[in-house]
Amino acid sequence: MVRVEFLGPIQKEPLNIEANTLSDVAKILSQDEELKEWIVTSAVAVNDMLVSSLDIPLKDGDKISLLPPVCGG
Amino acid sequence: MLELYKGALDVPVILKRWYEEEAPNNYGAYIPFVGTVRAEDGIEGLSFDIYEPILQSWFRAWEQKANDKGAKVVMAHSIGDVMVHESSYIAAVFSPKRRVALELIDEYVEDFKASAPIWKYDIIDNKRIYAKERSTQIKGSGLLGGIQ
Repeated sequence: MVRVEFLGPIQKEPLNIEANTLSDVAKILSQDEELKEWIVTSAVAVNDMLVSSLDIPLKDGDKISLLPPVCGG
Repeated sequence: MLELYKGALDVPVILKRWYEEEAPNNYGAYIPFVGTVRAEDGIEGLSFDIYEPILQSWFRAWEQKANDKGAKVVMAHSIGDVMVHESSYIAAVFSPKRRVALELIDEYVEDFKASAPIWKYDIIDNKRIYAKERSTQIKGSGLLGGIQ
């Protein structure tokens, strides 16, 4: 089981899902209508490290974060 | 040094403290950038969410980069509401000579705007509205949507 957290303006409670890779996470999240816009514009972190590949293996207890477009300052 | 404050920054106090802390360290240049909330589009102010773990790692990478050039970076940012004509962001560079600081402050502030995990909302009629049009996708965004 991994935990998916939605940061900033994505108004959604965290999800606990079964996933072995980020591809599995992508498949599950893409079925959620309210996340459609966010998954194409958000960056992804695994355990607070930004990642750039879907092949990353996940283990029990990992935290996946979705970071939508930013604007600090 | 990364400092986060609830609400507006007390700019004169922070700039003075940084100045005094670094004065004995033989830096010849101190270049601060201060971001202040402007009155435009009928906003009452801005509001900010921050994801601190990734902001900390972004900042540590910048500390290292500055250190490699003999320089030092610092920043302060607000969490929550900051009203018009108050300030929400200070970034500053200290370096032995001006050229390094002048070049670093530009890159440091621009990378902050493009990469720091901070979300901005306009405050209009006491409601927070995500500043979507002014926001930038972090490099590598869209991974889960099959677009990179």
